[in-house]
Amino acid sequence: MSEKEVKNLEEIFDAKIARDEKIEPKDWMPEKYRQTHIRQISQHAHSEIVGMLPEGNWITRAPTLKRKVALLAKIQDEAGHGLYLYSACETLGVTREELYEQLHSGKAKYSSIFNYPTLTWADMGAIGWLVDGAAIINQVPLCSTSFGPYARAMVRVCKEESFHQRQGFQIMMTLANGTPEQKEMAQDALNRWWFPSLMMLGPTDDASVHTEQSMKWKLKRKSNDDLRQQFVDQTVPQADMIGLTIPDPTLKFNEDTKHYEFGDLDWDEFWQVVKGHGPCNKERISARVNAWEKGKWVRDAAMAYAEKQESKKLNVAV
Amino acid sequence: MREKYRNMNNNLVQYIFSIADNSLILGQRLGELCGHGPSLETDIAMTNISLDLFGQVRSYYQYAAKLIGNDETEDTIAFLRKERDYKNVLLVEQPNRDFAYSIARQFLFDLYHLLLLEELQNSSDATLSAIAKKSIKEVSYHTRFSSDWIRRLGDGTDESHNRIQTALNDLWVFTDELFHQTDAEKAMVSEGIGVDVTQLKEAFYKRVNTILEESTLQTPTIEYFQKGGKQGIHSEHMGYILTELQYMQRTYPNMTW
Amino acid sequence: MKNWPLWEVFIRSKNGLEHRHCGSLHASDATMALENARDVYTRRMEGVSIWVVPSAQITASNPEDSAELFEPAKDKAYRHPTFYELPDELKHM
Repeated sequence: MSEKEVKNLEEIFDAKIARDEKIEPKDWMPEKYRQTHIRQISQHAHSEIVGMLPEGNWITRAPTLKRKVALLAKIQDEAGHGLYLYSACETLGVTREELYEQLHSGKAKYSSIFNYPTLTWADMGAIGWLVDGAAIINQVPLCSTSFGPYARAMVRVCKEESFHQRQGFQIMMTLANGTPEQKEMAQDALNRWWFPSLMMLGPTDDASVHTEQSMKWKLKRKSNDDLRQQFVDQTVPQADMIGLTIPDPTLKFNEDTKHYEFGDLDWDEFWQVVKGHGPCNKERISARVNAWEKGKWVRDAAMAYAEKQESKKLNVAV
Repeated sequence: MREKYRNMNNNLVQYIFSIADNSLILGQRLGELCGHGPSLETDIAMTNISLDLFGQVRSYYQYAAKLIGNDETEDTIAFLRKERDYKNVLLVEQPNRDFAYSIARQFLFDLYHLLLLEELQNSSDATLSAIAKKSIKEVSYHTRFSSDWIRRLGDGTDESHNRIQTALNDLWVFTDELFHQTDAEKAMVSEGIGVDVTQLKEAFYKRVNTILEESTLQTPTIEYFQKGGKQGIHSEHMGYILTELQYMQRTYPNMTW
Repeated sequence: MKNWPLWEVFIRSKNGLEHRHCGSLHASDATMALENARDVYTRRMEGVSIWVVPSAQITASNPEDSAELFEPAKDKAYRHPTFYELPDELKHM
């Protein structure tokens, strides 16, 4: 294909997206579109399955049976969401195994918030309320992203996730209305998860590299700073409602803009965690690698069994 | 404080514990695996089993709580008994040494569990009968899942064959206990409420043998079996299971979660 | 050893409706694919019947052929009832 022909195809392609038409896996697409999507969708998938670990940490210790089943079901959903997203990614010609390899080798990124430890039961509340809350703000616009399989996966994810944030908020609300000790536990969790949740929405706009291209492809509909503002605006009143204090003394409502103004974020810490220096980076990756390596003989056995059954069937047919 | 559980001369409550505690402890063991399975699909499947078991537990404990009365709830029963008051069999408390152990434990328990529920649905106690009827559908699926995996591992690779055979050999010592009758059970059988587990033994070993044979596995031969769980005399694993299970309720007593 | 192949999952949400594609998954054989589909895609009562098909067995049309495959149908308006103008008095046709 000549350069001119490619350029022509790209123009048709861009026009299609601008008209809100979806791109499907077998359609022609610029190589950069394919690579960007593989990267973003797989990062998203990795975040889901690494995200299972900090919460999984509390399954055996959940305080009541009702909380235990809700937490289990929520973490199971995250496995499901990882699966939908890996499947969407696979339509772009990469295998789940290759994507795992990238995660395990440290080549692929995942949401850095999951590198923080879950220390008390209130962290289950804070994660559901804040981390899932921030995730939803990010995910809802992706339901109308340009790549069909990603958009469809996100529709399913968003539908299923609607209970996750409620589950978390209800945990926090119960703690905040509980004994002083419980309230303190809730406040402590909010203190620890607040800033990481804000930073989870991505670097500030001036430090963000991919935004313009991503906007065009509808991988992003709003800038990171806008998303962050939306998150703060919706979450502060929720904290007020249950009597918890946002751990930001500079936080104040601006009557003119009708937005909350909040303090500076510790981006140095953010980048350190992204680079692998968070409190749990090593544990998270080694848990994933461990599960995969220890599962190898199981997966091999299932394949060997399937092949034996297949050849038995063939022998009978002959 | 909660001595009442042991002294309580209520055979029906003790009987409910002996059934429900199995699901509680096995559900807890399966919960440990969430996020660590050999594939995402298998992880999701085993979590489903865990959720089914906890669902059953809640129905049984809610019923027991009603029978005990006062301020008893499903959670006080699940989280606040002493180790000796849990009546689950030794089999379900065995650890997840590897996927083969988890599957072998599941398989042996599922086959027993299904036979038990098939009889329990005929109980003269309407609540137990209703719980059994609902649970049969779930446990039929568990049985299918674990039996399929026994076949895959047994007739898969040399490694999987050896691993699953080892797991079955090790766990076999806990199978006989499934068919021991406690005094509470005997009393419940005589009232038409409980299931006579001694009558399930033959069918159990027959079903197990059939599937092991299909899976090119040997039926373990053992002359001596372990027992005790049903009397509340557990393995050393149990204390650690309860340490995690009860952590919140013990550390922060009398709170709402 | 090979990895578990990919399967496409189709679910009938209730009797009377067709099976619809809802996603894919990995499984070593058809039995496992069906069980995995049940565990992954029907956790919230989404279905009453499941089909699983090895993804490799699907033959798909090529988007490059779209013009010759699908555009010739565009100017065949006479296949649609609205092509036939009839008096307004005529009802139920």
